[in-house]
Amino acid sequence: MADTALDQLKRSGRVVVVGASLAGLRAAEVIREKGFAGSLTLIGDEPHEPYDRPPLSKQVLLGKADAERTLLPRRRDIDAEWRLGVAATGLDMAARTVKLADGEEVPYDRLLIATGVRARPWPNEAEGELGGVFTLRTREDGVGLARALNAGPRRVLVIGAGFTGSEIASACRERGLEVTVAERGNGPLVGALGGVIGAVAAELQRENGVDLRTGISVTALEGDSTGRVRAAHLSDGTTLECDVVVVGLGAQRNTEWLMGSGLGAGPRGIACDAGCRAFDLRGIVTDDIYVAGDVARSPHALFGYQFLSLEHWGNAVAQAETAAHNMMSESTDRRPHLWVPAFWSSQFGVNIKSVGVPSMGTEIMITQGSRAERRFTGVYGYQGRVIGAVTFDNGRWLQFYEKQIECTAPFPPPFTTVDRRPDGQRPIPADFPDPSVPTHGPTITLSGYSPADRRIATFTPAGH
Amino acid sequence: MAHGILSQILDYSSRANPYPLYEELRKTPVFHDGTGPYVISTYYDIQSLLHDPRLSSDARNLAATAGDPLAEGEDGEETALPPSFLKLDPPEHDRLRRMTNRPFGPPHSPHRVDGMRGGLKDIVTGLIDNLGDTENIDLVDQFAYPFPVTMICQLLGVPREDEPKFHVWADTLAASLDPDPDADPAERQRKTHDSRMELGMYLAGLIEQRRKDPGEDMLSQLAVGHGPDESMSTMELLSTAALLLIAGHETTVNLITNGMLTLLRNPDVLAKLRQEPGLAVPLVEELLRFEPPVQLLPQRTPLVDIEVGGITIPKGSSMWLILASGNRDPNRFENPDRFDPYRKDIQHLGLGSGIHSCFGAPLARLEAQLALTELARRLENPRLLEDPPPYRQNAVLRGPRHLRIACDGIRA
Ligand SMILES: Cc1cc2nc3c(=O)[nH]c(=O)nc-3n(C[C@H](O)[C@H](O)[C@H](O)COP(=O)(O)OP(=O)(O)OC[C@H]3O[C@@H](n4cnc5c(N)ncnc54)[C@H](O)[C@@H]3O)c2cc1C
Repeated sequence: MADTALDQLKRSGRVVVVGASLAGLRAAEVIREKGFAGSLTLIGDEPHEPYDRPPLSKQVLLGKADAERTLLPRRRDIDAEWRLGVAATGLDMAARTVKLADGEEVPYDRLLIATGVRARPWPNEAEGELGGVFTLRTREDGVGLARALNAGPRRVLVIGAGFTGSEIASACRERGLEVTVAERGNGPLVGALGGVIGAVAAELQRENGVDLRTGISVTALEGDSTGRVRAAHLSDGTTLECDVVVVGLGAQRNTEWLMGSGLGAGPRGIACDAGCRAFDLRGIVTDDIYVAGDVARSPHALFGYQFLSLEHWGNAVAQAETAAHNMMSESTDRRPHLWVPAFWSSQFGVNIKSVGVPSMGTEIMITQGSRAERRFTGVYGYQGRVIGAVTFDNGRWLQFYEKQIECTAPFPPPFTTVDRRPDGQRPIPADFPDPSVPTHGPTITLSGYSPADRRIATFTPAGH
Repeated sequence: MAHGILSQILDYSSRANPYPLYEELRKTPVFHDGTGPYVISTYYDIQSLLHDPRLSSDARNLAATAGDPLAEGEDGEETALPPSFLKLDPPEHDRLRRMTNRPFGPPHSPHRVDGMRGGLKDIVTGLIDNLGDTENIDLVDQFAYPFPVTMICQLLGVPREDEPKFHVWADTLAASLDPDPDADPAERQRKTHDSRMELGMYLAGLIEQRRKDPGEDMLSQLAVGHGPDESMSTMELLSTAALLLIAGHETTVNLITNGMLTLLRNPDVLAKLRQEPGLAVPLVEELLRFEPPVQLLPQRTPLVDIEVGGITIPKGSSMWLILASGNRDPNRFENPDRFDPYRKDIQHLGLGSGIHSCFGAPLARLEAQLALTELARRLENPRLLEDPPPYRQNAVLRGPRHLRIACDGIRA
């Protein structure tokens, strides 16, 4: 049999993975599984081996898990060279090298970029540096925030009621701490799930003793003489005393290091094709650079080939597997990343799950259960088809709705289901905020062309 | 020829090895002979139907003409006990199952099952110590039956001494799931009805005692209830207790017996389990795929016309989901007829899936893991005296009635 380029790559090639977290690790495992015997390098700017983030805003804050013990389980030995605690600072696509912060250059034959996102910091840098002000993305954040909560603060302020902010508020209440949530939109989770579900989430928070303030933004944080935060100023003119502040304003993509490289990377992520191959600035697909996880934005057939950026655990895993598979396959054996977006969260004792892209939906119909009981399935409709679904403590049915999305089933669903209540017979407007009004970051970003987004998406690097 | 295949499956002579019939059935993934139930036999169809909210588990949604040979035995139900949550849809199902779960599993009782490990181990040890004549052991009567029964009695707080009494009722009720072609339907119905009544009365007496003098057992905790909107009516409590008692009785027995039979037919695996007790965990999963104790779910009914594999199944029809067939579907599992405890991808249907997935699963798994590891470890050179063994009549809850084995001795 002829010795193909692929055989050579597998035998003695060099694969470099930048971003040593969920997507990076899973990709590395699959690369080895596919029989790659060459050198594999994992570069990560965090000093830790890959760990899991979802517990950081859940079990860790409740004291049920130690932030230092959320290492990701290994599915197999990957025999890699680990370059931890050192950031990639540049990419030379022509020379096929990755530049590191310590000055070293690492050559590659295939590169996978999985640099994820980071927490959006508090816009006022000095205020953001006050003691007691946190974001929550990394293990260090988790350790610090858990410690601050252990110390028994008098009041915690959470800025932004997205999933992370709401989970933090939930953890605070479960620990008996006073917590205020300030949200610029009209309810928690509205960016991801719309106002109808946001109203349920709001009730849930209030019932659990959260001081939820919607339609309000925090204008400034104020420190005491020791440099610790003591109060926050709100847009309604009031002042709130608080000794811990968590900034939950969504995320920013880690793409700055690619500036000037010629890769199609910018504040919206790194654009890639359905097979996870990165585009260059001119919109031409590369053949040796792959992207996976939170940092990727790729077109999805089920959603009108819109470019989707997903901050979803399951997406990072599936996309990493596809990228790794394609990287190690002949072009005819490649496969598209067709993962149907799926997300979970747990807060205030309720298990929330979603599939599809609820935020594309214009209408919602409660097909099972009831909002009043906080146990229901809501189905989102977009132009006469099912586009997403959300469940509150009803997740076992979700697989069915995933199928409905996959087969572009009609909306409203014409059939009855077990547990359909009278108030679930008709769809109602899903009530998503105007996308041009910023709230906390949604966990799905539609970054392709859509009627609500008149600008054609451009691949300009960050900072311009 | 697919015609008559259902009666072949139900026929006792197929009991020892129904799998070739299932294979035949899968050639017609949605099988319907014109009068009987719609029979679904492939993995992906079953899996998605178990998550389909248009499908009801409540027999009251069955059209009168649905032609389900299993349905007739249960008409007398309302006069005895209301249906257990196994046969209910949300929201009633969810409410009852949630309340039942409170004293049994997470989040309220996260350590209940694991906390039983020591007790389980003691029962297993005691039973193996007393196996007696090693030249002739009936593993069902001497081990696989008494073990889960003793355990479910402890868990529920039902006196073990009463076992001979409720054993008869439980047997009759389990048998009522099976369409025994030889039995007179009216006679069967009467016996089922009487057994439900008697079991109900017996449990009612126990619950009365527990209300006065509650203990740590599940019956006490269910009887005492938790807050105003979290308590079961007495009738609900009775059918829940009956469900737990019967399910705890009639399924794990088969899991353990099928397990030992499979191990004795695969001596290399038995030897590996002896050296490597940790293998018990994946091994029991593979067992649940390979020889599931619940072979089929005969109680699903679409609320609207639904389409499965290109066939429209009319609203109100009776549907059977053949879990054991889905578990051997070559479109889902590589080499499905091979017993391979090292199988990596093992999302089986042995415990069902979706909202009705086996309530007792954590306990059943633990019981089977402990039982099989200890049998493997302690029985010296065990061998089957009869293969295939005689099976129980039941096609739904399938397992050997006796499993006669011999061994050279019992290790300490
Ligand atoms: C608190 C929290 C709770 C969450 N809860 C859920 C949940 O309940 N459900 C759910 O579906 N998802 C949840 N997520 C999202 C989920 O964790 C992410 O989708 C997932 O971590 C994405 O993995 P990734 O590998 O793409 O990116 P990341 O995990 O962000 O990893 C990227 C890695 O690359 C590193 N890096 C960045 N730039 C460079 C560089 N230049 N050089 C080297 N390394 C670099 C980063 O430091 C990081 O270690 C949660 C996230 C957080 C933070």
